[in-house]
Amino acid sequence: MKRIRIGCGAGYSGDRLEPAVELAEQGEIDYLVFECLAERTIALAQRARMIDPEAGYDPLLAERMRAVLATCSRKGIRIVTNMGAANPLAAAARVREIADSLGLVGLKVAAVTGDDVLATVRAGDYRDDTGQPIARFGERLLSANAYIGAQALADALAQGADVVITGRAADPALVLAPLIHEFGWAMDDWHRLGQGTLVGHLLECAGQITGGYFADPGYKDVAGLARLGFPIGEVAEDGTVIITKVRGSGGQVTAATCKEQLLYEIHDPRAYLTPDVVADFSGVRITELGLDRVLVEGATGHPRPPTLKVSIGYVDSYVGEGQMSYAGPGALARARLALAIVEERLRITGVQTSEIRYDIIGVNAMHRDALAAASECEPYEVRIRVAGRTDSLGEAQRIANEVESLYTCGPAGGGGAFKSARDIVAVASVLLPRALVHPAAHIEETGHAAA
Amino acid sequence: MLLRELAHARAGDKGNISNISVIAYDPKDYPLLERCLTAERVKAHLGEIAGGEVRRYALPGIGALNFVLQNALSGGVTRSLALDAHGKTLGSALLGLDLTHYIDNDFKET
Repeated sequence: MKRIRIGCGAGYSGDRLEPAVELAEQGEIDYLVFECLAERTIALAQRARMIDPEAGYDPLLAERMRAVLATCSRKGIRIVTNMGAANPLAAAARVREIADSLGLVGLKVAAVTGDDVLATVRAGDYRDDTGQPIARFGERLLSANAYIGAQALADALAQGADVVITGRAADPALVLAPLIHEFGWAMDDWHRLGQGTLVGHLLECAGQITGGYFADPGYKDVAGLARLGFPIGEVAEDGTVIITKVRGSGGQVTAATCKEQLLYEIHDPRAYLTPDVVADFSGVRITELGLDRVLVEGATGHPRPPTLKVSIGYVDSYVGEGQMSYAGPGALARARLALAIVEERLRITGVQTSEIRYDIIGVNAMHRDALAAASECEPYEVRIRVAGRTDSLGEAQRIANEVESLYTCGPAGGGGAFKSARDIVAVASVLLPRALVHPAAHIEETGHAAA
Repeated sequence: MLLRELAHARAGDKGNISNISVIAYDPKDYPLLERCLTAERVKAHLGEIAGGEVRRYALPGIGALNFVLQNALSGGVTRSLALDAHGKTLGSALLGLDLTHYIDNDFKET
């Protein structure tokens, strides 16, 4: 029975580099996927592209490609990634340059475009998820990218692409596309698409299914996290998958690691909305077959939604932040005094904020006061943090400065001040009819001259 | 007994919505979790963090519950002023829920 082995070499933009090399060299994989695009990343990338038309793709693209491209080319491993971010065409050109420099002749690199719908959204009368018209963003609107599905990526593979680079595709589509291509699944075979989406969902965060983000000493012990192996999905024609990793790599694949990742970022398990299918994970079964081999099956699906989700990036506000530490006897009392001083200073100097937080790191910065009250021990050291939202950068800087000036004007023994003031690019979402989005694959082959 | 003794958890974020999965270490403990760990109790434990609606989805096939918390992330990761803007530490907050009282009372009634 035909099985396709897909490795996931990155679960976010800044992820470790070597696990992908290990997958390419020792994973006996057919495909290597890199998932590097978070909700806001594309808005920031779009802004980078406005400044430099050749920029706007993932900053680690070149480094990741240099690390795996020669091995993948030699072994016939095809690469699928969303590292194109706001500029898949420039990213594909960069990959061809790298391939040329490595002497890789005849490598077909595809850029999948069509997710950028900024012009369409600007021209229309749309409302975001809060029900308000997006016209209110005006010039502050930076980007609008539709979550596109697997079809255009599968088309690129059908046309022989060795590397497929897209922007805002839905994360599971990076894995679903190779499955559609290899097994010839129909785009309305909802159960297979549902199971394939499950495979993509399990793999897309890379090390989060092989023991990363899982260890809790004494309860959930995981060996070898410093050399964590990234996952391989061994997928059968019916979409059932065995999750595994390279033998001897760090981490572990168990029923428990698979269950945590199955529910990661899921709301109603019966209705996981993607551009390709509404997947149903409610009947999923998970069975340990052996060491680091776990069978996951039983996902189904329903017809895909009529609209595509569009992520809108906009300049929302400015945030000023300052931090300062206190330690030793009386640390907590001095931290509380410091916060009270900053609060009074912001009031008497008339700093305008629409929202502000006063935290004591080590006490209540994570879960606020009610949960913190249950803990009776006083920490040896604490750190205060003040973060406020403003309408201008200058106002944000005043918040940061009020924390820093605790050095000379605040309680005794404050140390290690930190301050920052920055603009905030936030995201909202809009639903767009499918007919207004036109994903397409553009393939070019590396030159023979470099050989 | 803390929830931590019976289950592990992971929190995820999408926009301003957090989800926390709670997974029984031993599937035999799942019925107890389903009985004791209601959406109301989770909301009460998390206090002001879970200001909005809390919904629970049951996955008996894998011995897990999934809690979905509306408006729990101060506007979402891109906008939040919180140090942990993703709410990634919320799973650990939930594992600190003390089940002792609930187990005693719920099982006395039957």
